[in-house]
Amino acid sequence: MPGDTPRPLLAVSNIEVIYDHVILVLRGVSLAVAEGGIVALLGANGAGKSTTLNAISGLLRTERGEVTKGSIELHGQAIHRHDPSAVVKHGVVQVMEGRHVFEHLTVEENLLAGAYTRRNGQATRRDLDLVYHYFPRLTERRGFKAGYVSGGEQQMVAIGRALMAQPTLMLLDEPSMGLAPKLVAEIYEIVARLNREEQVAVLLAEQNATMALQVAQHGYVMENGRIVLDGDAKTISQNEDIKEFYLGLTGVGQRKSYRDVKHYRRRKRWLS
Amino acid sequence: MLDLLYAVAVAPFRDMAGAPAFLIEVLIGGVFAGLMYSLVALGFVLIFKASGVFNFAQGVMVLFAALTLVGLLERGVPVLVALALTTVVMVALAFAIERLVLRPLVNQAHIILFMATIGLNFFLEGFGEMLWGANVKKLDIGIPDRSFIVRGVQINQLELTAAATAAVLVTVLAVFFQRTRIGRALRAVADDHEAALSIGVPLRTIWVVVWSVAGVVAIVAGLMWGAKSGVQFSLSLIALKALPVLILGGFESVPGAIVGGLIIGVGEKLGEVYWGPLVGGAIENWFAYVLALAFLLARPQGLFGEKIIERV
Repeated sequence: MPGDTPRPLLAVSNIEVIYDHVILVLRGVSLAVAEGGIVALLGANGAGKSTTLNAISGLLRTERGEVTKGSIELHGQAIHRHDPSAVVKHGVVQVMEGRHVFEHLTVEENLLAGAYTRRNGQATRRDLDLVYHYFPRLTERRGFKAGYVSGGEQQMVAIGRALMAQPTLMLLDEPSMGLAPKLVAEIYEIVARLNREEQVAVLLAEQNATMALQVAQHGYVMENGRIVLDGDAKTISQNEDIKEFYLGLTGVGQRKSYRDVKHYRRRKRWLS
Repeated sequence: MLDLLYAVAVAPFRDMAGAPAFLIEVLIGGVFAGLMYSLVALGFVLIFKASGVFNFAQGVMVLFAALTLVGLLERGVPVLVALALTTVVMVALAFAIERLVLRPLVNQAHIILFMATIGLNFFLEGFGEMLWGANVKKLDIGIPDRSFIVRGVQINQLELTAAATAAVLVTVLAVFFQRTRIGRALRAVADDHEAALSIGVPLRTIWVVVWSVAGVVAIVAGLMWGAKSGVQFSLSLIALKALPVLILGGFESVPGAIVGGLIIGVGEKLGEVYWGPLVGGAIENWFAYVLALAFLLARPQGLFGEKIIERV
């Protein structure tokens, strides 16, 4: 069991997730997020990253999935039977893959909607200013319909909206998806700042391993619904297989040239 | 040929200009009828907005509300108390629908929820008649169905009250949707219910709220229609008239329901009175549907419907 602190903020132990009562998608997944830490969850398409996040946030049930074994604990309290809204009230907010902004609401209304679980109007105003402070671009866009702002700005809306719920843990699903590298860097920088300055812990599901391992302290690698490797971010980024499969580097650490790309795909069999 | 052109394009307007007081009366009649359609359409819009469900039972909810109100009044309950009790009944109904119909069907396709509302339609119809009886009832809420004359124009007091009530209701709803926390959450759910869940909006609460509001709108609609034409089974059929209003105004738009209702109400009255004789009358019966058809061809999202935002 990884985890540097005696009791982590979030502890997922040995969960199994089954969709539609028959389809087994996660097997024995365990992971931990320390208070105020950033943890990267890496893996290819369909490895089970999103399912893991959905299991934590409770959104799984809207997709007819269920945690059938194991437990998910926040501060030592089991949350895997909670409704999504109860999970949000406990301080865990998910930013879904593909941004999912409310297209017909303005940017500001999107952000305000994020504060639904909180009733304190004054604190909400203050947090709105905080979001604009971290995402100055959104200030200019506040009156625009969110469906019409750019992809990067939508991602900012989605993160800002989650921030409005005052989370202690943010589950970020694929924040780099479909964005230009420059924007990805910008968003990652803000995430790192949020983590540093607001002490928001982050569990980050990413295909873009290079980016994720730069901000994370700890990383997990998933494949076929299982965790096949974990360790601190440095160790993982030094791992030969990770370099080849996820970071696009050759064994000696050089950027791989497409001239030398092998025409067969070496497959790693993870033995556990 | 020229005669026909004259009869279609000139004569009706000559008639209008010739008797302006009568024209205004026709217009007022149209506005009133339109507001009534709007009230029914509004119930549809609310539920469609928040859950994407086309509630087939909205018409019967109007009937059920009117039946309950009349039933209470007949038993000697004072008007205001009866109104409050009917509201309680409609809210209780919303809770029951969420618990027994919507919750078990969560994540099902829209067509399945639509079918469920058809079932609900038949259930409410039977249940209402079982409770309160099936005969035609007169609804008397103390507003006299009397007319007074202002500058040669006849104005019906009941219609005036109905119009004022509808205006207040619409304003309150618009403020509720635009300015309140719950209203914003309702629109958020309408846009993307999964994302709404992810930020902690409880769908069940939202459903109860929205069906309750639709129930209250049904009370107002039932009240007005019932006072005008008696409470009877045919009241549930006005839902059919609300359909073209929705197509015209847009399924997700509160202002659309109002404007759509007014256009259809005024249009069909004008058509009936001035163009009706040309085709042997009964324009009122098909005008709304033809207009709706034209709109489906030209502007399928309706006048105020939400444009489908497509990113390229």
